[in-house]
Amino acid sequence: MSVTVYIPGVLRNECDGASSVVLAEIAPTSLAQILDQLAVRYPRLDRRIRDEHGGLRRYVNVFVDADECRTLSGLATEVADGAQVRILPSVAGG
Amino acid sequence: MTYLLAIGTKKGLFLAVSADRRDWEVTGPVVLGRDESTVQSSVYAIGIDTRRERPRLLVGADSSHFGPSVWHSDDLGADWTEPSDAPPIAFPPDTGASFVRAWQFAFGPEPDVVWAGVEPHGLFRSDDGGVTYTLNRGLWDHPHRTEWFPGFGGPAIHTILPHPADPSRVTVAMSTGGVYQTTDGGETWHPANHGIGADFLAEPTPEFGQCVHKAVRDATDPARMFVQNHGGVYRSDDEAGRWTSIAEGLPADFGFAIVAHPSRGGTVLNFPVDSAGGRFPPGNRLQAQRSDDAGATWRSYSDGLPEEPYFGIVLRDAATTDGASDAGWYFGTRCGDVYAAVESEGGWRQVAAHLPDVLCVRAAEVG
Repeated sequence: MSVTVYIPGVLRNECDGASSVVLAEIAPTSLAQILDQLAVRYPRLDRRIRDEHGGLRRYVNVFVDADECRTLSGLATEVADGAQVRILPSVAGG
Repeated sequence: MTYLLAIGTKKGLFLAVSADRRDWEVTGPVVLGRDESTVQSSVYAIGIDTRRERPRLLVGADSSHFGPSVWHSDDLGADWTEPSDAPPIAFPPDTGASFVRAWQFAFGPEPDVVWAGVEPHGLFRSDDGGVTYTLNRGLWDHPHRTEWFPGFGGPAIHTILPHPADPSRVTVAMSTGGVYQTTDGGETWHPANHGIGADFLAEPTPEFGQCVHKAVRDATDPARMFVQNHGGVYRSDDEAGRWTSIAEGLPADFGFAIVAHPSRGGTVLNFPVDSAGGRFPPGNRLQAQRSDDAGATWRSYSDGLPEEPYFGIVLRDAATTDGASDAGWYFGTRCGDVYAAVESEGGWRQVAAHLPDVLCVRAAEVG
């Protein structure tokens, strides 16, 4: 299966400027495992998204298709073939 | 000469460079490495390691969205590096804790050893010049740790004072918890708060639990230390064995920042705050207080500062010296104003105005 992960503009320098990363020919998997695979390629990018224990940072939202993962099963959310995963900073700050 | 003043703010790092410490060229906010989000990250910790052939700058920055990290620069801030494969600072899995922010970098007598105090209440040690760090388990596993609690700024080890000659002796301070000390290189730690008050606890002079805001070590006597407490200013003449009040003569005993002269013993600057319930400069007048006799007497050291009402205070790491033989003093305020004074000239000059809240400043003669 194949999944496309979209990267917010402010973090694209951490993945060589790419606006999206395609993870191809992967086994059916969870969102955590999708991020694990992204981390192998871009470890600094992963640290912006998750803490040292794999927890999703409070003000980072990750959508699996139309739904923010916290409204589903969090990082345990199953990700289907062809899914679009969008990493977005939440509305926060002043 | 070239002097570098690094200014950490609530939104980003600013760098000021001067040849004469009168005129400054200020740039920023700086992009750290490749991460554009760092222009509005909070910069609580800066270190300038002048032990190296080329000074190394260390910056701890944390983004409200994308978390904390540590960057270093060996070219005075032109380029910044962050390790790729592993985070510079990370809590081991068994701790259940996650790194929130760096509060302090400190340098001891051993080359390439850098200490980092972090939130939550962790002390980390680097043996590679501040690139990667390992948790000090002696302090983390201290039985008191579960009784330390966060001050408003967060549960952090914000002060590290390595002994300048003996690497086995390190003193730290935290809010809250107070002063702790090791004499065996960090294997074991003991509280060292005897005489420091805690007017927010039922027991006014407990063994630990004090909200020490900042501690510094005297320039010429390693056993002499000074503390700005959450209410109270103290001195120890036996390396934190016992503390005595030196607040008499100050306009207020509350405050956050205290700075020791880099080469003259017994000389400190203090930046008083009216009270815990009135966190403004006393009389709404921006000021520094100076003692040249280890706190026996104090005098205003405020020439050149604004004479109109001023409401921004100086936070715990927002004051420093540059270590030069003709010492330079520096401080920044929560109003985003930064001032510098040269010992032989006297009088403060404004370096920068209208920056975000200044959280920390560090300075050095770099060329």
